[in-house]
Amino acid sequence: MKKLNILLAGTVACVALSSSLAHAERGADGDLKILFWQAVSTMNPYLSGGTKEALASSIVIEPLARYNEKGELVPWLATELPTHENGGIAQDMLSMTWKLKPDVKWSDGSAFTAEDVIFTWKYCTAPDGGCAQAAQYEGVKNVEAIDPHTVKITFEEPKPYPYSAFVGAQSPIIQAAQFKDCLGAKAPGCTAANFAPVGTGAFVVKDFKANDVVTFEANPNYRDAAKPAFASISLKGGGDAPSAARAVLETGEYDYAWNTMVEPEILESMLAAGKGRLESSFGTQVERINLNHYNADPALGDKRSTKEAGPHPSLTDPAVRRALALAIDRDIIVEAGFGEAGRPTCNIVPAPEVVASTKNDSWCLASDIEGANKLLDDAGWLPGPDGIRAKDGVRLSFLYTTSTNSVRQATQELVKAMWAEIGVDAELRNASASVFFGGDPASPDTFQKFYADVEMYTNNFDGTDPEKYLAEWLCDKVPSPENGWQGQNIPRYCNPEFDKLLGELSKTADIEKRNELAKQLNDMLTEEGAHIPLVHRGDLSAFAASLDGILMNSWDSQIWNIADWHRKK
Amino acid sequence: MTEATLSVAPPAKASTPARSAMNDMWRQFRAHRGGVVGLCVFVFIVLAVYVGPYIHTVAPNLINIRAKNQWPSWAHPFGTDNLGKDMLAQVLAGGRISLAVGFTAMSLALVLGTIVGVLSGYFRRLDGPLMRLTDLFLALPLLPLLLVIIMLFRDTLRAAFGPESGIFLLVVFVIGITSWMHTARIVRGNVLAVKSQEFILAARSSGMREHRIIVRHILPNVLSSIMVSATLGIASAIITESALSFLGLGFPSDFPTWGRLLFDGANFLQLTPSRVLWPGLAISLTVLSVNYIGDAIRDALDPRTLRR
Repeated sequence: MKKLNILLAGTVACVALSSSLAHAERGADGDLKILFWQAVSTMNPYLSGGTKEALASSIVIEPLARYNEKGELVPWLATELPTHENGGIAQDMLSMTWKLKPDVKWSDGSAFTAEDVIFTWKYCTAPDGGCAQAAQYEGVKNVEAIDPHTVKITFEEPKPYPYSAFVGAQSPIIQAAQFKDCLGAKAPGCTAANFAPVGTGAFVVKDFKANDVVTFEANPNYRDAAKPAFASISLKGGGDAPSAARAVLETGEYDYAWNTMVEPEILESMLAAGKGRLESSFGTQVERINLNHYNADPALGDKRSTKEAGPHPSLTDPAVRRALALAIDRDIIVEAGFGEAGRPTCNIVPAPEVVASTKNDSWCLASDIEGANKLLDDAGWLPGPDGIRAKDGVRLSFLYTTSTNSVRQATQELVKAMWAEIGVDAELRNASASVFFGGDPASPDTFQKFYADVEMYTNNFDGTDPEKYLAEWLCDKVPSPENGWQGQNIPRYCNPEFDKLLGELSKTADIEKRNELAKQLNDMLTEEGAHIPLVHRGDLSAFAASLDGILMNSWDSQIWNIADWHRKK
Repeated sequence: MTEATLSVAPPAKASTPARSAMNDMWRQFRAHRGGVVGLCVFVFIVLAVYVGPYIHTVAPNLINIRAKNQWPSWAHPFGTDNLGKDMLAQVLAGGRISLAVGFTAMSLALVLGTIVGVLSGYFRRLDGPLMRLTDLFLALPLLPLLLVIIMLFRDTLRAAFGPESGIFLLVVFVIGITSWMHTARIVRGNVLAVKSQEFILAARSSGMREHRIIVRHILPNVLSSIMVSATLGIASAIITESALSFLGLGFPSDFPTWGRLLFDGANFLQLTPSRVLWPGLAISLTVLSVNYIGDAIRDALDPRTLRR
């Protein structure tokens, strides 16, 4: 036995030695095993709005520029970032020019040119294409080639913040030659292309099994001859968050598990095995409770939560909204469900630093049960015989929905207990995440329909500019049967002043001024109680202890720098 | 010849006072040792669940985040969960719901299944249509059906009976009407076998009404199989309820049931094993004891064993 051990140790030493000699050589580190507990259904992010597809495809296809781990834009397939200073953005803000890197090759060996960039725009904006990332190309009038490595984008109206088309994991460049017959309605039918796109990234798809396993191998034509360090990747899908975390942290079967949203004490016990580590990064995700401004009484049938239902009988009272916010102790919620992957917040735009407001932290961050009780007393909401406050026959009892997830259910119970202290009752309900976020207009349980008084979920915005995100609270974005419940103004908040201020933001180019306006808009939403922001959530992923080179990124794909990942030597 | 003597037995029993028949059955039941143990365990569980909260007076929904994930102690004999709620109080409260759901849903399924089974076994003309109906129900995918029913009627029942009893009625009804088919099949088969025996022929030729024959002669003879499917039904009803809760369609999430406690505790198995142990043990013991009781009752009710 002892001899065997020595022999084994010797072999390991030899292998270690040879691999350290082979450092900075493509494919030297063997296979990388990735686990996504939500399986990948396609490698084409233009045909899926899902984060997991955008993530998986970022291994293969790349954008012109992307956000680094600090949220700064860095040129990726372009030589430099177009700015006002270098003349890349026209003074009238109606056009911008990208210069492409000259030596980039597609994985099939052909050259990467401006034609591919133009084609990508055409692909996503083709009629009947159902492009999931169409919003990225909104306001783009034309994309043209000045020479094979220079692309000019013209906009329909001045764009103070033009970095959205061809920027970030949501709008990578696809190869014109491969997708040329897949425009418009034909797009979903091009299975071979959608499952194995030709890319410029560090890896190419070797085999794709929808909703199961994807295998990749190193791209022989990748622009850096020394990268990637791994020869292949196998990406397995399915399972749930706890088992994914366990496979990395406790049993060490996998190297990387994405989005391990599990109770902190469970993760801690897994970490004790010493096989891996957790990395978190904070983007713009905020867990919030939306307060319905329209009546959601089930007796109203299909009219509930629409304009015809009328205002909510109790939640339209500012005192009630403020009291509900005051009663919540965010520290307890963070401690019970989020641990290091969460921070208490009172902002719906919590990051980047320059737009994160601190104005409301003074009254909102700490819980104030007495203050909340006094507010309700003064507003005439008095406790009934059952301890629940009521006024004119309207009881402060709310139907509180969210998606099914043990952390969310625990948060629901905590909030219910906190509200009970100010005489407010809550009835808890949860719907399966695929239904709740599914957006099926026939289902009564989607978050857009909001057939409840309050509901809780997380949302965020891509990139670092909050303008498009804040526009979700405009009066005309309220979901209704007329727009197929597609609006994003879920709390049904409507304030003409907010609309006016946002109009000002969309016309402002000066960055300082934009940040100031964004803060004001954010404060307005919190002060007026459109919603109650609870927790600024981080992205939390598990990595094997042997993995190095990871830069967790909440602004772009988490695996944006996979070419640099390698084994510790 | 044995059948001929057997066929006379039930009417002969009928002439003796009911009291002594009950005594007979009780004696028979006691002879089944597993049944007696099962009955003791079951009575203990029911007592614990209904009387226990008066002794252990902690509220099951009381959150105390400072006392989370505790191992068993005097204050919390079953430990606490990750929100600091007392597990013993939750298991007791959950037991009341789970037992009520299990028994009511099982009874509903049993009544439906027995009626369909007896009718289709005894009356030839009804056999085809009723068995095709059973096929239809068997072929329906259960979970999607449950989802649709709950989606359609949830708000109506909630408005009429309040959130908790409304959901209770819905869950019981939904589980009941989707789990009677196997009972119906088994009962039908047994009825067909019993029907062809000579004592039925004798009863019929003596001018006995059809419904009297069914109640007096057929039912006692198929009771054993009904009992077996009933005991299995309780277990599956408790499990189906927990599956519904898990999908967010059963009781509200702060409403403990055994199945729900088991699901929620599964992730904490390493940290606080008692979270899984007690609800799991409660479900297993209930199912096992009911199974043994059913077995003993079957023996006690079987006309053949009664004669011994």
